[in-house]
Amino acid sequence: MHLLYMIFIDPFVQMGQAPDLLAQTLWEGLVGGMLYALIALGFVLIFKASGVFNFAQGIMVVFAALTLVGLHDAGLNAFLALGLTIVVMFGLAFTVERVVLRPLVNQPDIILFMATFGITYFLIGFGEFVFGGDPKVMVTEDLFLPQGSITYKTLGGIVQLQKIDIAAVIIASIMVAALAVFFSKTRIGRALRAVADSHSAALSVGISLEQIWVIVWFAAGLVALVTGIFWGARSDVSFALEIIALKALPVLILGGFTSIPGAIVGGLIIGIGEKLGEFYWGPLVGGGTDAWFAYVIALVFLLFRPQGLFGEKIIERV
Amino acid sequence: MRAPSGPDVAVGDVLLSVERVSLSFGGVNAVSDVSFDIRKGEIRAIIGPNGAGKTSMLNVINGFYQPQQGRITFKGESHTKMRPYEAAHGGIARTFQNVALFRGMTALDNIMAGRSLKMNKNFFWQLLRYGPAMREEVEHRRRVEEIIDFLKIQEIRRTPVGRLPYGLQKRVELGRALAMEPELLLLDEPMAGMNMEEKEDMSRFVLDVNDHYGTTIALIEHDMGVVMDLSDRVVVLDHGIKIADGSPDEVKTNQAVIDAYLGVAH
Repeated sequence: MHLLYMIFIDPFVQMGQAPDLLAQTLWEGLVGGMLYALIALGFVLIFKASGVFNFAQGIMVVFAALTLVGLHDAGLNAFLALGLTIVVMFGLAFTVERVVLRPLVNQPDIILFMATFGITYFLIGFGEFVFGGDPKVMVTEDLFLPQGSITYKTLGGIVQLQKIDIAAVIIASIMVAALAVFFSKTRIGRALRAVADSHSAALSVGISLEQIWVIVWFAAGLVALVTGIFWGARSDVSFALEIIALKALPVLILGGFTSIPGAIVGGLIIGIGEKLGEFYWGPLVGGGTDAWFAYVIALVFLLFRPQGLFGEKIIERV
Repeated sequence: MRAPSGPDVAVGDVLLSVERVSLSFGGVNAVSDVSFDIRKGEIRAIIGPNGAGKTSMLNVINGFYQPQQGRITFKGESHTKMRPYEAAHGGIARTFQNVALFRGMTALDNIMAGRSLKMNKNFFWQLLRYGPAMREEVEHRRRVEEIIDFLKIQEIRRTPVGRLPYGLQKRVELGRALAMEPELLLLDEPMAGMNMEEKEDMSRFVLDVNDHYGTTIALIEHDMGVVMDLSDRVVVLDHGIKIADGSPDEVKTNQAVIDAYLGVAH
């Protein structure tokens, strides 16, 4: 009985007694969730357009952040470095299309998936070779990203919001909205959805696969850059960041691999659920829940909706 | 045979010619040394038993396959290999043997996708749905609605195509090809898997497209009755080799064709 009380009643009592702590936890979950959502978004863009699960998305986050910091360390102005990093990400998209995707067109998905492993290890090696392997500090100040925090006296206590987190949430929201409109309203967006459904039919109406692939890999690269800046500002820029990409997996399972809104909602659910779990239920099992709690949430959702929250239910004619 | 009154469009100059094309996959020859031409305004059938290389031939024409030998001349321009993008740009549209639609999109969006190449306003304006881009979208939408009326699929225009029955899917696919306003329309077994009624409907659409839009059509078909009724000229392939070429009557009485279809004692 005591155990059941500790699991099902006590956490909610705590939430009720200290609403300020609850608000703080929710906010931190929201910020973390937004960043998970951005990583998942990178996966979704590429998966939608090519059916490829891009294992390299996580390392692209690190690579983009590393390029930005590296260029700045080399003495460039931060905004010049930012511009150059965007050019580098375009170069990466172009190269990936030319060197990896084009020769493998019409190969089974698993081959393309394995090829993205290759891209991952190439980027790790290349990044370390050019910029060195030691952790670096994100150039937050020079990019005019706000520092410090705002403290509210509210809900019978204090809630503290980091300014950088507020900036992250705002910029991520703008970016997601822009991408959503781009893909639903424009000719290129329609072409992208067409490519996602059938390569040969898309080719037959004159859509260029090459062009679409460069566009989505570039978009995924930009998303990676934004993610890298804000994750880098929270910890530091190192290859250890790569493991956060694994957190995108439960987000994708939850949201569905092909849905942009799914990535966002999935990210928020995982982010918030993870923080709540860590804070209120974590002590029961001695802490350390952040390594596995996200996967448990995804598993529970899968029991009820195997196709994910927003995934398309595929009905095959036989 | 077509009635002598025939289509309004005069069958004229050569629109596309295939010269001595050979295509092999590994050691298998899909097409060997095949030449034929397609004239403006005609309905040209490509027939042959299973595995004769008909679909491969179509794929060569629209650039999905690049032949090892030979050349394709389209509108006076000679290519050793066609690329799908060039073919689409030049005015070659096609449908597929196993229906290749954009399953997640509605019938309307599928047909709109056929106009991708015709839309060229800056995507920035498309984002804002304003000004010239909006006018352009409206104009394209009008043309697409005409096609929808023509194919009598008004009531399903908002249905995701994955949910439609097979016969209607084939019609939507034809609509998407028509939206490209092609000069040459390639139909890969447009009547495959259809019942008699659907076949008759589809035959009527094919004839109407040829008449009404003056579109040149090359089609692959298994149903000999349909082929003989629809086409002006027929080319027959067997094991990747051309064995006959001529009017439906000529082809029907050709001994090599009869042997290929009925089998012959060796």
